[in-house]
Amino acid sequence: MAVVDTAALVDWVHRFRDVIAEKREWLTELDSAIGDADHGANMSRGMEAVVAKLDAGAPATVDELLKSVGMTLVSSVGGASGPLYGTLFLRMGMAAGPVTELDASALASSLRAGLDGIVARGKAEAGDKTMFDAMAPALDALDAAIAGGADLSAATASAAEAAASGRDATEPLVARKGRASYLGERSAGHVDPGAASTTLLFETLAQATAQSASQAAESS
Amino acid sequence: MKKLINNPADVLAESLRGVALAHPELSVDFENHVITRAVPKDAGKVAVVSGGGSGHEPLHGGYVGVGMLDAAVAGEVFTSPTPDRVQAATKAVDRGAGVLHIVKNYTGDVLNFEMAAELAEMEGIEVGTVIVDDDVAVQDSLYTAGRRGVGLTVLLEKLVGAAAEEGQDLASIVELAKRINGQGRSMGMALTSCTVPAAGKPTFDLPEDQMEIGIGIHGEPGRHREPLAPASEIARQLVEPILADLDVAGPAIVMLNGMGGSPLIELYLMYGEVVPLLEKAGVQIARNLVGDYITSLDMAGCSLTVLKADDELLRLWDAPVNTPGLRWGA
Repeated sequence: MAVVDTAALVDWVHRFRDVIAEKREWLTELDSAIGDADHGANMSRGMEAVVAKLDAGAPATVDELLKSVGMTLVSSVGGASGPLYGTLFLRMGMAAGPVTELDASALASSLRAGLDGIVARGKAEAGDKTMFDAMAPALDALDAAIAGGADLSAATASAAEAAASGRDATEPLVARKGRASYLGERSAGHVDPGAASTTLLFETLAQATAQSASQAAESS
Repeated sequence: MKKLINNPADVLAESLRGVALAHPELSVDFENHVITRAVPKDAGKVAVVSGGGSGHEPLHGGYVGVGMLDAAVAGEVFTSPTPDRVQAATKAVDRGAGVLHIVKNYTGDVLNFEMAAELAEMEGIEVGTVIVDDDVAVQDSLYTAGRRGVGLTVLLEKLVGAAAEEGQDLASIVELAKRINGQGRSMGMALTSCTVPAAGKPTFDLPEDQMEIGIGIHGEPGRHREPLAPASEIARQLVEPILADLDVAGPAIVMLNGMGGSPLIELYLMYGEVVPLLEKAGVQIARNLVGDYITSLDMAGCSLTVLKADDELLRLWDAPVNTPGLRWGA
């Protein structure tokens, strides 16, 4: 059974940092349509700080590693995204516990705890046009794939696909949370920037687990 | 847009340097962007902390001092400060009797202050929170992030600051803060957009012959846009939504606030227009403020805040206050 170890988690964080930097302008563009035009810059600043901290010495256990990511995001991103992404990683770490690797179902329940944390913090519901609308379907797809016997990289790949569909489905929605909500009907017709960055998070998770699986196959 | 700045990225840090030089009675933590009193209040008294994005000066840093705030946390322009900085401020001013957080109702501020309160509580500091949401311009508050926190924040900081100075406990101060939030309302309008230094251009396009009614304090949209009207008509458009939202007849504290780009001569003219409208509705103006108290950078325009008052609130209002932005009796 394939697992995600701390090296794979560090790889995931690096990949997420890279794609956020690459898509920074796009995220900012999405945010300028319905928010305050700082999502790309804020997330990019946060992920640079996260990577700098991990490169200086990554914790040996999954919980400490994820908590370090969360605390760095909380203290460097700002706006609403900082507490929300920070809570995601903090809760994932708390759920994972002091282990050195996660199997598919442990990863799924850790992510589920992260989503529960986001919901407790942001009070978002399905269809509010937030990151929830990408993350909730991604986790449902992840659970379904694991229940169906898919391996880790196939399961995270289907989670990434579901996140992307969820992201695209935010376009016609009227925002009910955050600064975008003040636009009312004028917020329809734009993809939610939080759902967009969340999709990148799941796409890079799928890449990191695929990479980890292929390395494991080579070494065995 | 011309601005008195060096580098847009340095505006906050350089402005705080000026605050520190101008006000030796304040102390500035440049690492966390926190302004505190140079001389802390007596041990055993509740401390009051507020903060949020910068660009609303004198709010919040200008209200740090005896009789008002103990600390203000300054985020980047229009961006909430992070929880670790709010926690640093909370820890710095706690005098053992707990700390009140005054938070304006914006998603970023609410989430960051909520996390800061959790961090502080983990360190054994008791935190109470009041979320200010007085802006009647937001009509669909059930379907949005709710009414925004605007002008009432100034009056609330003064009143609860006085209660904290008297030595009231945290539970009573939280209750007082919530009561004030429940009986005050605001409405604002803009003649021009503001220009965020980092953006360098106006946040929104407002033609010369148009005005935006129901504007927020970050250039977010208002209720509607319409042709520019005389001050008397603008006054009516500020007063009516407040009266429609809350019965404010009786004694009141009233603030006619400038958004940062309108001269005092116009603000007094506007005050002269709103007073008869309020009086006609049975409001007895017991105290007032006219001037720039909560601004939106260089936006031209104004807002009106009406807070129903009673003897208790008027007593707290009249208590001595000594801050850069409000000073009397001290």
